[in-house]
Amino acid sequence: MSIIVGENTKLAVSGLTGREGSFHGLRNKAYGTDLVAGVTPGKGGQDVEGVPVFDTISDAVTVAGANTSMIFVPARFAAAAIDEAIDSGVETVIAITEGIPVLDMLSTYWKAKEAGVRLIGPNCPGVLSPGKANVGIIPAQFFDPGPIGVVSKSGTLTYQIGNELKQAGTGNSSIVGIGGDPIVGSDFIDILKLYEADPETELIVMVGEIGGDAEERAAEFIAAEVSKPVVAYIAGFTAPPGKQMGHAGAIISGSSGTAQAKKDALEAKGVRVGESPTETAAIAAEMLRSS
Amino acid sequence: MDLLEYQGKQLFAKHGIPVPSGEVADTVDEAVAAAERIGYSCAIKAQVLIGGRGKAGGIKIAQNADEARAHADAILGMDIVGPHGEGPFRVDQVWIEGGSEIAEEYYASVILDRGEKKLLAMVSAKGGMDIEAVAAEDPDALVKRHIEPTRDFDAAAARAIVADAGLAEDALDEAAEVLVKLEEVAREEDATLIEVNPLIVTAGRDVVALDSKVTIDGNSLFRHQDLAEIADTVDDLQEQMAKEKGLTYVKLDGNVGILANGAGLCMSTLDVVAQAGGRPANFLDAGGGSKAEAIVNALEVIKSDQKVTAILFNIFGGITRCDEIANGIVTASGQIDLGVPLVVRLDGTNSEEGLRILAEADLPNLHQEKTMLDAARRVVELAGSAS
Repeated sequence: MSIIVGENTKLAVSGLTGREGSFHGLRNKAYGTDLVAGVTPGKGGQDVEGVPVFDTISDAVTVAGANTSMIFVPARFAAAAIDEAIDSGVETVIAITEGIPVLDMLSTYWKAKEAGVRLIGPNCPGVLSPGKANVGIIPAQFFDPGPIGVVSKSGTLTYQIGNELKQAGTGNSSIVGIGGDPIVGSDFIDILKLYEADPETELIVMVGEIGGDAEERAAEFIAAEVSKPVVAYIAGFTAPPGKQMGHAGAIISGSSGTAQAKKDALEAKGVRVGESPTETAAIAAEMLRSS
Repeated sequence: MDLLEYQGKQLFAKHGIPVPSGEVADTVDEAVAAAERIGYSCAIKAQVLIGGRGKAGGIKIAQNADEARAHADAILGMDIVGPHGEGPFRVDQVWIEGGSEIAEEYYASVILDRGEKKLLAMVSAKGGMDIEAVAAEDPDALVKRHIEPTRDFDAAAARAIVADAGLAEDALDEAAEVLVKLEEVAREEDATLIEVNPLIVTAGRDVVALDSKVTIDGNSLFRHQDLAEIADTVDDLQEQMAKEKGLTYVKLDGNVGILANGAGLCMSTLDVVAQAGGRPANFLDAGGGSKAEAIVNALEVIKSDQKVTAILFNIFGGITRCDEIANGIVTASGQIDLGVPLVVRLDGTNSEEGLRILAEADLPNLHQEKTMLDAARRVVELAGSAS
């Protein structure tokens, strides 16, 4: 098992004919992901290295059997592309695009909820299930199959932790980048739920950062609903209030959204929080050994 | 992106929310001339992106030209620190507006509630003070209602909120209209926070927005030409340079320059440097590409901050290859004279090749470390204490 993407994933990439979309889409294919289609309006009938391109995601679903959509569309058109994917009948939409206006995501979020479509991102590195499928831009070489489920707001920070877990001799069931925007399709809680139900996942590593209250909500959820051990890391202790730290969502507003508040909330519910990415990986590897 | 009070009020006026008329000035003479045109009494208000201006002495009432001159002289150039330690913010502009006779002071806001994924309207009859304090002391005094994304937010819905907040009966209709328009500003201008504190009722029983605090979603600026122009004015030299070079940079107040790839890793790098006893000078995300040109640009921005006494380069190569980054560093060091020690930590894709390239180049004042923690300790040691 693994979560969100796996052997049954049939991927359609919106933006496959673009530079980024083709680079990463074909990398995903090379990893073994079943890339069945590309989607670019006006380019239906073409192909990208043998992968057929359709005008609409609906065509990719009906003709090529796509069940998962990855969005690599420029920010100003991305929300519309996600909306189109939600309507097409795919089960999962993974939006990599950074820079989508947050109020566009507000309506798109509720559209996905109502349709029962799982939306990951935007502004995320995607989802990797090692040895099975990679949908997004996560460099798969740092992750081996194994019992640790990772859920993170950040890309590179996750690769750093994944690499340390690999060096510690362990690996991952899945790695889910939920994205660094203020509103994302799936929060920590949505992914924690999936890991809790996934028989292959024995331990969960959760990587958060300043801004919003998703980590605090996750702490409550972990205490109430998660039986598997969770180790957390939070970035941004030195971030000043009122400054956006790279990610659109990484901002302390007034006194809320601080790293310390998140760490306190998690520790209050018995979740161990690493001081650094290295320590976080070490705690996870050690807890796994002793369980 | 946060708007200054007067910019927010201009946005309010555009959407038909009543605001006092006024003028902006950036010199004492201009301020006095504006006050003369507006008449007395008038308010002279520091234009900085922070609350607590009144307490800090940044808002004064003038009854005549002499007072207007004295107040403008005192306020222009002052430094204001925010209630949560933000800033200090230097006052470069004042806003002069006609004095209002205040009968009631209320609070009204529409913000994006990230957790609930809805806009949230908040109204209180206890305006004019720190609303977080009001909410903490007397939670019932702050009425909070989510705005359903699938339904229109109309006058009836808004009226129910302002009535529950206990605003004066004769002000309810106008206050509800203001609330409806605040929601319109949120949707049409891509504002994620709009706060009016105080929303006043004048002696003549008119409802007027006496202050504004507005945050615009930076990702939406492509569809707001007028707001994009405001975003282009950045005060800080390094932040301006970074913006021109397309880098994500945030100025901090320490002496350890930081460059990392990825926002999360960069924040984590700042934290690890602080844990090692150092004080980061900046946040700089070099992004995914990190080619030689980007590295030269990044180093130039970091180095232009005179406080920087050492630089840490923390890279985890994913798609980006460490050998490319190493070549970028070698090229960059040929183009600019850093003059301060550079600690480099390369890990991830092709890191061994990258480390070999750096070792062979044998650059002066370049130090390699294998782990993030060792690199942090080393750079803190080399940076010395912040001057």
